[in-house]
Amino acid sequence: MLEVALRARRGDFVLDAAFEAPARGILALFGRSGSGKTTIATMLAGLLRPETGRIALDGAVLFDSAGRVDLAPERRRIGYVFQEGRLFPHLTARGNLLYGWRRTEKARRRLNPERVFALLGLDGLLGRRPGTLSGGEQQRVAIGRALLSNPSLLILDEPLSSLDPARRAEILPFIERLRDDLALPIVYVSHDMGELLRLADRAVLMAEGRVAAVGTVEDILGRLDLAALTGMHEVAVVLEARVVGQDEAFHLTRLSFAGGELRVPRLELPAGTSVRVRVNARDVSIALTAPSAVSILNIVSGTVVEIAPADGAQVHVRLDVGTPLWARITARSVHDLELRPGGPVYAMIKAVAIDARDVVRARPA
Amino acid sequence: MAALSDLELEAIRLSLRVAFWSVATSLPAGLLVAWLLARCRFPGRLLLDGLVHLPLVVPPVVIGYILLVLMGRRGPIGAWLYDTFGVTLIFTWRGAALAAAVMAFPLMVRAMRLSLEAVDRRLEAAARTLGATPLDVFLTVTLPLMSPGILVGTVLAFARSLGEFGATITFVSNIPGETRTIPVAIYTLTQTPDGDAAALRLSIVSILLALGALAMSEILARTLHRRIGGPHA
Repeated sequence: MLEVALRARRGDFVLDAAFEAPARGILALFGRSGSGKTTIATMLAGLLRPETGRIALDGAVLFDSAGRVDLAPERRRIGYVFQEGRLFPHLTARGNLLYGWRRTEKARRRLNPERVFALLGLDGLLGRRPGTLSGGEQQRVAIGRALLSNPSLLILDEPLSSLDPARRAEILPFIERLRDDLALPIVYVSHDMGELLRLADRAVLMAEGRVAAVGTVEDILGRLDLAALTGMHEVAVVLEARVVGQDEAFHLTRLSFAGGELRVPRLELPAGTSVRVRVNARDVSIALTAPSAVSILNIVSGTVVEIAPADGAQVHVRLDVGTPLWARITARSVHDLELRPGGPVYAMIKAVAIDARDVVRARPA
Repeated sequence: MAALSDLELEAIRLSLRVAFWSVATSLPAGLLVAWLLARCRFPGRLLLDGLVHLPLVVPPVVIGYILLVLMGRRGPIGAWLYDTFGVTLIFTWRGAALAAAVMAFPLMVRAMRLSLEAVDRRLEAAARTLGATPLDVFLTVTLPLMSPGILVGTVLAFARSLGEFGATITFVSNIPGETRTIPVAIYTLTQTPDGDAAALRLSIVSILLALGALAMSEILARTLHRRIGGPHA
């Protein structure tokens, strides 16, 4: 368990954040820039001291202003991958990678260098100086360096933000491997919805120095009231699904999820693969009777759970189709269809609206 | 031009010895002061900054006189040094090294301080998260990264020490084989009939030594920059 309660003031910015989350998998510290997420990460690592507060990881107190505990960064065993890499320019990639490892007691060395080099594809880079490495390579070395210090918690502070999209795509699989292959809790600082969806299990949503929400990624993305904070103009849900098979003739892929089956434009994934699918509220419409002769492929039955207050002409309606689903329809339709909580409905999900960017591979079960 | 005479060689050897010890003994102090000025905020910091830079702006003879008052056999520090360690500075080559060190100190501190201020403190923070204690960080990250500045400071101080005259002659006088360094020897030769040729020879040696030191520092600094900065530095 990661327990965090922090207060600090820097100029006009006031941080007052408290949350608890299980110390396993990837916990995203998510929010817009200036929301305080990097400040929290820096305080976790001991590089910045909060005015008051408490930080504990799996029962070990790292900071406690009441108990006057303030462990030095080198004693916290928290690995930190910075936005800009921060490789030591006077050392080779190998020297960088082994910097923390050499300072780890032998008994604590769970990861050995060979394994990390292989995991991150570093073998060809070892003799090179940081200045000769590409941004993506530098970031992989930075991740490896933090891993080899054998931390109890790894902080990745927007590790992709300084990279162009091609380099991001190059690093993401490595971060997924950390999550899947190593039993190492990770705090992932990000403002990018795609990264959140793809990587995180749980998230702490930050806004203006405060914690706006803590929970699973599905919960947070599905909450209407947080849509503005998550930076999403679209309310969406994330469905846990599995590839069932391909519909070769029509270039579609069949997915099964808690509400039934979903057909989406073809994904190059083998049957059985677990995926997370983002479904935007605007791509879901509602019918009272099972529609026939419509172009929409995906029709699932369910009930209305909640009708959010109208926002101009549009209304968000939360459905339960075996799993939560948001639909965005006009206030007029709500009136005409006489929708009310508990009423049975059919949800229609537009298949073409779901493209490869909305589907990410989930962690292997 | 004739070869160097024994007396001239003696002045050269003495100068090198004085300059070497001047730099070697002031190096740790220079690092400490550079660190205090670059990294620490404390009352009296401006005063320290001013004191360190004093030899740059005060006439060297004044520095020599201050040393004479403080470090002479009856001076407060000189008496203590003699009573405690049996060390005499006045009229000895050690005194010459001290005078040179004081005069060269601002140059050394300045170069080190600039290079220390240029060290990216975020790298030091990164090292802490990797398990390094502050001393460890200083030795393995800060010091290597500021090494070109240390080198430049050392060479400048060495060259300045080789050329020290005013404070030296005031504090330790002009004793052949003990305190008659190259500049003092040149001064003496210019006051001597038929000393011109020897003065010219020593002047050329003096220039060559300075140029040699600067060239060596340039080559070393380039190597160091390549090693710590990669091709983009």
